[in-house]
Amino acid sequence: MEVPILKQGHYLIASIQSALTDADLSQLREALIERVGRFRARGVIVDVTALDVMDSFAVRTLRDIAHMARLRGSETVIVGIQPEVAFAMVQLGLTLKGVSTALDLEEGLAFLDRQMQLRIERGSGRIERG
Amino acid sequence: MADDLLIPIAADVDVVTARQRGRDLAAEAGFSSGDQTVIAAAISEIARNILMYAKRGEVALSLVTNGDRQGVVIVARDQGPGIRDVSRALEDGYSTSGGLGLGLPGARRLMDDFDVSSSVGKGTTVTMKKWRRMNA
Ligand SMILES: Nc1ncnc2c1ncn2[C@@H]1O[C@H](COP(=O)(O)OP(=O)(O)O)[C@@H](O)[C@H]1O
Ligand SMILES: [Mg+2]
Repeated sequence: MEVPILKQGHYLIASIQSALTDADLSQLREALIERVGRFRARGVIVDVTALDVMDSFAVRTLRDIAHMARLRGSETVIVGIQPEVAFAMVQLGLTLKGVSTALDLEEGLAFLDRQMQLRIERGSGRIERG
Repeated sequence: MADDLLIPIAADVDVVTARQRGRDLAAEAGFSSGDQTVIAAAISEIARNILMYAKRGEVALSLVTNGDRQGVVIVARDQGPGIRDVSRALEDGYSTSGGLGLGLPGARRLMDDFDVSSSVGKGTTVTMKKWRRMNA
């Protein structure tokens, strides 16, 4: 099952709709990284609200997506991890170290907006100092 | 047991099927949705190991009753290469495939009972159970 990826302004939003196989997850990773370049995206949101399980392969793929996107100049936020899923992840020992998360899509968008604002401020600060 | 659910594991979709069947069975048996998720996550790890290390195998799901407790029993069997050092394989971070090495130790933490029996060249069987107290 392919994950639809929407473009919204400078952001890409991948909304997982149903359970994903390992191949689906790998496909999502490739598609997102390619599109970050094609659309010059500044932010990526992966909405996992519909995932009822996150195992080590899923977590690893999400981490890879975030790290690869960052190398391509784009910030990633994982949104919608359900409470029970979070509980099982912690028991498994799975972490999303170095990856931003937000409660839901709205919070994720707000987070990215703040990140973009910070980038602009830092950018202009550099000009003033220069 | 006659009402065992047997799920052959030979492709990545089978991993998804196995964990969904496990969740359904746990739901039917009255496990909380938190426990259903825990059971599904453990099945996902163990079924993926079959696929990754043994290429094929099977996951059997069943329910047992023990006094006032009811349990979901998961038996994952393969005839793959086996595990040379089971106690090391149960350590966090130990992986022979460059993985996270959290599948076996993580599944052990998620479940109440957990047993691995493996012999090199013959295969591996992981048996795990989650219990629930039944209301009188
Ligand atoms: N069914 C199996 N057959 C053979 N070896 C296995 C099997 N399951 C696990 N192992 C071995 O145990 C190690 C640890 O497994 P696991 O904790 O799931 O971590 P990972 O899969 O990330 O390596 C594996 O790297 C592998 O060497
Ligand atoms: Mg594993």
